[in-house]
Amino acid sequence: MTLGSVPLRYKVSIDRDQCMQCMRCVDNCSYGVYRVEGDRIIIDSRKCTACHRCISMCPRDAITLQEKPVDYRSHPLWTAQTREDIINQARTGKIILAGMGNALDYPVIFDRLVLDACQVTNPSIDPLREPMELRTYLGKKPSRLEFRKNDEGDVELVTELAPNLKLDTPIMIGHMSYGAISLNTQLSLAKAVTEMGTFMGTGEGGMHKALHPYQDHTIVQVASGRFGVDIDYLERGAAIEIKIGQGAKPGIGGHLPGEKVCVDVSCTRMIPLGSDAISPAPHHDIYSIEDLAQLVRSLKEATEWKKPVFVKIAAVHNVAAIAAGIARSSADAVVIDGFRGGTGAAPKVFRDNVGIPIEAAIAAVDHKLNDQGVRNEVSIIASGGIRNSADLAKSIALGADAVYIGTASLIALGCRVCGNCYRGLCPWGIATQRQDLVDRIDPEIGGRNVANLIHAWTLELSELMGAAGLNSIESLRGNRERLRGYMLDEGMLKVLNVEPVGA
Amino acid sequence: MYLQKQFLVVNMCGIIGVIDRGRSGMDGSGIKEALSLMNERGSGEGAGYVAYGIYPDYPDYYALHVFYDNLVEPKKKVDELLEKWGRIVQQEEIPTYERPGLRKKHIPWRYFYKPHKDLVVGSSTPEDDLVKTLVMDINSRIDGALVFSSGVNMGVFKAAGWPEDVADFYRIQDYKGYIWLAHNRYPTNTPGWWGGAHPFNLLDWSVVHNGEITSYGTNRQYVESNGYKCTMFTDTEVVAYLFDILGRRHGLPEDLVVKALAPPFWDEIDAMPERQRKIDHAMRLTYGAAQMNGPFAIVVATSQGIVGFTDRIKLRPLVAAENGNKLYISSEEAAIRVMDPDVQNIRMPRAGEPVIGRVIV
Ligand code: SF4
Ligand code: SF4
Repeated sequence: MTLGSVPLRYKVSIDRDQCMQCMRCVDNCSYGVYRVEGDRIIIDSRKCTACHRCISMCPRDAITLQEKPVDYRSHPLWTAQTREDIINQARTGKIILAGMGNALDYPVIFDRLVLDACQVTNPSIDPLREPMELRTYLGKKPSRLEFRKNDEGDVELVTELAPNLKLDTPIMIGHMSYGAISLNTQLSLAKAVTEMGTFMGTGEGGMHKALHPYQDHTIVQVASGRFGVDIDYLERGAAIEIKIGQGAKPGIGGHLPGEKVCVDVSCTRMIPLGSDAISPAPHHDIYSIEDLAQLVRSLKEATEWKKPVFVKIAAVHNVAAIAAGIARSSADAVVIDGFRGGTGAAPKVFRDNVGIPIEAAIAAVDHKLNDQGVRNEVSIIASGGIRNSADLAKSIALGADAVYIGTASLIALGCRVCGNCYRGLCPWGIATQRQDLVDRIDPEIGGRNVANLIHAWTLELSELMGAAGLNSIESLRGNRERLRGYMLDEGMLKVLNVEPVGA
Repeated sequence: MYLQKQFLVVNMCGIIGVIDRGRSGMDGSGIKEALSLMNERGSGEGAGYVAYGIYPDYPDYYALHVFYDNLVEPKKKVDELLEKWGRIVQQEEIPTYERPGLRKKHIPWRYFYKPHKDLVVGSSTPEDDLVKTLVMDINSRIDGALVFSSGVNMGVFKAAGWPEDVADFYRIQDYKGYIWLAHNRYPTNTPGWWGGAHPFNLLDWSVVHNGEITSYGTNRQYVESNGYKCTMFTDTEVVAYLFDILGRRHGLPEDLVVKALAPPFWDEIDAMPERQRKIDHAMRLTYGAAQMNGPFAIVVATSQGIVGFTDRIKLRPLVAAENGNKLYISSEEAAIRVMDPDVQNIRMPRAGEPVIGRVIV
């Protein structure tokens, strides 16, 4: 017996009165929704992913897209998605792959935290007229300083400081590897972070030589697959990041489908052409926190202790204790990736069900490190679902030093969060290696757009801080006094260490 | 730990401090006059004084000033704790004189105390560490007892009331000190709580503060992670703890402590000569969580001197003036003139720039 087809997810239609037959939609859709028969454009809605490429390119606004044109009988438990997943798996017997971040309807804690502003008793600060300092240093910091007087009687610093990354704004771009995303996407991001005085992650795919001019603004990643890792790579980055886990798929390794492994990707990753690049779930030389400490030290040794080494973990239940262990190694920063973090490809069951939200993870880690008196010695970088400057400000107030953005930076390049990155056909030229698609991104323009986004958030963060009477980012960091929880339950308030509104 | 319900005291207050660098004693009448002059900066809800050198008969003992709600339960517990860790050589009720505008809400008590320093290992200042721990312990755990002054040969006198009333309640004119700080409070919260009045003190550090610390949450976390407990329901107490950490435990001189709390801007640091830049850069990296933001003017005293400073963009006033061995720091020049009409060298320090007066004998 056949299972038949499931209803359309999207229905695309063209207003034929408006259409001027320019064929842009036909050319732009890489999923094959449109084809021409005679002088007529035929639409195959089933192929549509709602990437909006055609809609954004249509000069006549002739295209409409409707989500769920045919619905299932509504049911609170057996949602359309659960039913379709079952049908899909009954047909294939396989793990369901998905792209982008967690798609289940969990409450967003950020949206239940509100920020503070000054009234009367203390003046707010106008960032247009007064200095507003967002400069952030990431890396190990001493717990105290020692000074001595030199022969001339001047005070001199005795304590040696470890190398730190200097960020002009606490917004970095997270690790998205060459392979998962296109070279033009990476180039756009690289140009943006260089212009804005911040950093981007290279992901675990090595560093393409086109990125070398921007290497001082990159953080190179060492993940379990060790793809692309050699001494040259390590030396090029401004910092090194060991990736233990990822918020979108805690506990499992990376997966780059072979379709995305073109000549350039295979060279940069140092893997055979067209082969699936599967990173193992654990690092096979890390089975304990001592092993991790060893790897941190080896990487530092290899780069002559000149570069900060970060360790990235997925936000899981025990994240605070794990972060405390990392803080006690020579690692300079711990990166926590929340369960909303994006990905090119992850098993859907992981993406939607494993890990904890970044808001709770930041607070828990910050609290634990403070408790142990080591918070100021190690930096906290938060990532996974940071959508705007308010999320950024709240992350810092909960205890982060800086954030990584991923999805937001891709949206600035055209991404519409369609969630089909793993198919390698991204019509925006982002999550693809098909040259004609990649060429759709001009790194100059793309770089401008991403830089604009970082700039805008930076301005908004300055305004938020000024309104709260703060003129330096250090004073926002971990400053729970400037946050209140709105409609959060007591347990959650306790974890976040935040008072409810009105208190 | 879950933040306890915080009633942050928001201040619009008058502050004044004076030091005689030759250690000549001044009685409290002058500072009382000066503080009363700033009554429009207060609301009659809290005032206080601190003086150094006032207990010449017990020059080497910690003078612990405690507010008791009653002398039965809490005092018994405090006595036991103190006896366990040291020796009480003298204790008495602090003499007070009730006024129409100021009735006794707590019983102010004082101990002269010597901790057993051999009970603490691995500290270069075992007596201070012991007393600090006792203060934190009593204030966070013993209901009805609050230690509000814990230095050697010095003492805080404070209550909820107008400056003259508080001064006369304790008869501060009967005490002679070479350093005095005073504070007149306009609270927008915690009315009537004596513990909430300034000065705040821990060990040798006393603080008076006009303003609000918008970085309180960050600073509080920093001092708590260094083993301090915030029990006074006000942002000012963190200043005393920050000075204790940076000044005593880390051994930084006052000007560097002030630099940590109100650092230069990065643009200024970038333009500094190499040696200085290295220091300021390292200070900001290391002590970022100690940095204080918001509008404030602060005067801090120890037995060795006083230091006054404002926030980095000077949102609160501060004036300094001198006359011979005497250095005055205040929110208002007029208040200084009441104490000493002949002052010279009147100046307004720049934002973040410390005014420091050290004892010279
Ligand atoms: S892009 Fe718009 S106008 Fe052009 S063919 Fe498609 S629907 Fe018609
Ligand atoms: S990157 Fe491309 S494929 Fe992935 S969600 Fe965005 S638009 Fe879709």
